[in-house]
Amino acid sequence: MTTTVHAPRQLYATDLIRLSSVGLRTRKLRAALSALGIAIGVAAIVAVLGLSQSSEAGLLAEIDSLGVNMLTVSNGQTLLGQQAELPTQAPAMVGRIAGVGSVQYTGQVSNVNAYRSPLINAIDTNALTVRATSLGLLPGIRDTLAQGHFLNAATAREPAVVLGAVAAQRLGIDRAFSGERIWLDNQWFYVAGILDPAYLAPDIDTSVLVGFPAAGTYLGFDGHPSTIYVRTQTDDQVDAVQALLAKAANPEEPSQVSVSQPSQVLTARAATQSALNGLFLGLGAVALLVGAIGVANIMVIAVLERRSEIGLRRALGATRGHIRMQFLCEAILLALIGGAIGVAAGAAATAIGAYVKGWTTVIPPEAWAGGLGAAIVIGAIAGLLPALRAARMSPTQALWSI
Amino acid sequence: MNTQPVLEVDSVTKIYQTQPPVTALRGVSFSVAAGELAAIVGPSGSGKTTLLHLMGTLDRPTCGTVRLAGTDAAALSDREVAFLRASRIGFVFQQFFLAEHKSLLDNVADGLLYAGVRMAARRERALDALSAVGLAGRADARPTQLSGGQRQRVAIARALAGEPAIILADEPTGNLDQATGQSILALFWSLHERGATIVLITHDMDIARRMPRRVEMLDGRVVADTRTATVQPAERT
Repeated sequence: MTTTVHAPRQLYATDLIRLSSVGLRTRKLRAALSALGIAIGVAAIVAVLGLSQSSEAGLLAEIDSLGVNMLTVSNGQTLLGQQAELPTQAPAMVGRIAGVGSVQYTGQVSNVNAYRSPLINAIDTNALTVRATSLGLLPGIRDTLAQGHFLNAATAREPAVVLGAVAAQRLGIDRAFSGERIWLDNQWFYVAGILDPAYLAPDIDTSVLVGFPAAGTYLGFDGHPSTIYVRTQTDDQVDAVQALLAKAANPEEPSQVSVSQPSQVLTARAATQSALNGLFLGLGAVALLVGAIGVANIMVIAVLERRSEIGLRRALGATRGHIRMQFLCEAILLALIGGAIGVAAGAAATAIGAYVKGWTTVIPPEAWAGGLGAAIVIGAIAGLLPALRAARMSPTQALWSI
Repeated sequence: MNTQPVLEVDSVTKIYQTQPPVTALRGVSFSVAAGELAAIVGPSGSGKTTLLHLMGTLDRPTCGTVRLAGTDAAALSDREVAFLRASRIGFVFQQFFLAEHKSLLDNVADGLLYAGVRMAARRERALDALSAVGLAGRADARPTQLSGGQRQRVAIARALAGEPAIILADEPTGNLDQATGQSILALFWSLHERGATIVLITHDMDIARRMPRRVEMLDGRVVADTRTATVQPAERT
């Protein structure tokens, strides 16, 4: 009788999973605690990536609602470095470009500052600018009023102002009631309204707005616009219009005109990661490292505790490979459970954060897939040494040295 | 002996390479035929545990050969030896080594885990093995709910599940009281009567004397190999 001895086969996947979950099922608290480190690390990473992506998505949604079809034309500089002027006809000429929808404009009134009262020192200008404005400015830059009214054809001729959001704050005015006034160029101007922050035109926030006729009458303004806010009729006309704007605004000196698309600046700002993200990602990585050490530690202990089980399995016919695989899979499973809990916790933190801020929840696939992937890799690395030790153990020592 | 022996130990020597080296076996030779019930008996330090390791292919001899079911264990790789254990050898240990979190059925089914048998088939064969030791009715119980004797029966069922060519039992009654030990020996007898090949290792001469064959060891040598013609069932004390 001769017996052919076959090489042993690999365990079935279901058997392997059942085997490698033995340690976790029989020592639940220990497994949970050692998975916790990895869970915290993965949660931190997922939450940081999720929150930054969600905030970016929120900003982009806001930019979308503000419209990406706005272009800003402003006076640039002359060759000699002085402030150039836009011709007074510039808005009208810009309005004649094909594809341009609305044209609104402001003109900076130089040498005039706004004060809360005549008693304020002249040098305390609060870095505010006085601007003359066209009457349709608010819909043009998609801004809204926080208080009161905007200028109309009547008040544009009178000493009346509308304050930008920051300007109102700096002047200490939070309500536009009848009789509220500020001191401009040796004269009282009445506050008609206060604006909300203007995201597409941040200059407006620090501005005190008066009507063009009133600026001419009371402040000696020459009527040259300094910034023109152009809306194209559709989003895809932006490039074509942008190419023509400089020449249309100042045909004599097109190089003295600067044209920009404010939504691009906001988009770029939305995409930049905050420095804090790096810090939290670093903390997450440290937590992962500590978690990996915890898993390795638990696995070393498990191998020592389960010597007799290892010996028995060898006696039942397990190869070194079977034993190695069992403990390696157990470590990976442990880390993977930690990773899954971490992803869930990170996703929950992102969802709560996004809900509070009113963003849509975005959990980038690289965050959760990366979290789970990192957990698997960590489990494999942490489990490798203990698994090798378990496999190296001789069956006789393992069985008879209790 | 007209059939080929299940187990052949041929002038086996085992030297442990410790400082100083320990010679545990000095040229041990004997063979076990199919269907035999043999006891290897000797005092502590006589080399019987080392012999069990070598017979069970858990360790390799320094020189000499161990042939199991016609296969020379020395010629096999570690993986092949593992499969030999999985398919041809059933172990029974003094400490039972049962997993407390598993049912009796799954404990017994584990005996087939490394032989490449699927879960459903493993359980089916485990139930057969459990009924062979008289515990089929408690297949879903946990080892912690059992007495020591019952636990050893489960361990024996685990060894039986793979239908091995040989069962190696290391002091199977060592952790049991007299009466329970008797019932375990009776179980070995009944398995023997049904054709199983069993080698039982013990230090207890009383137990060995009731076996059909005794291989007596002292200082790493076989000093006597006696067969009792009259079969003496273990129940009769």
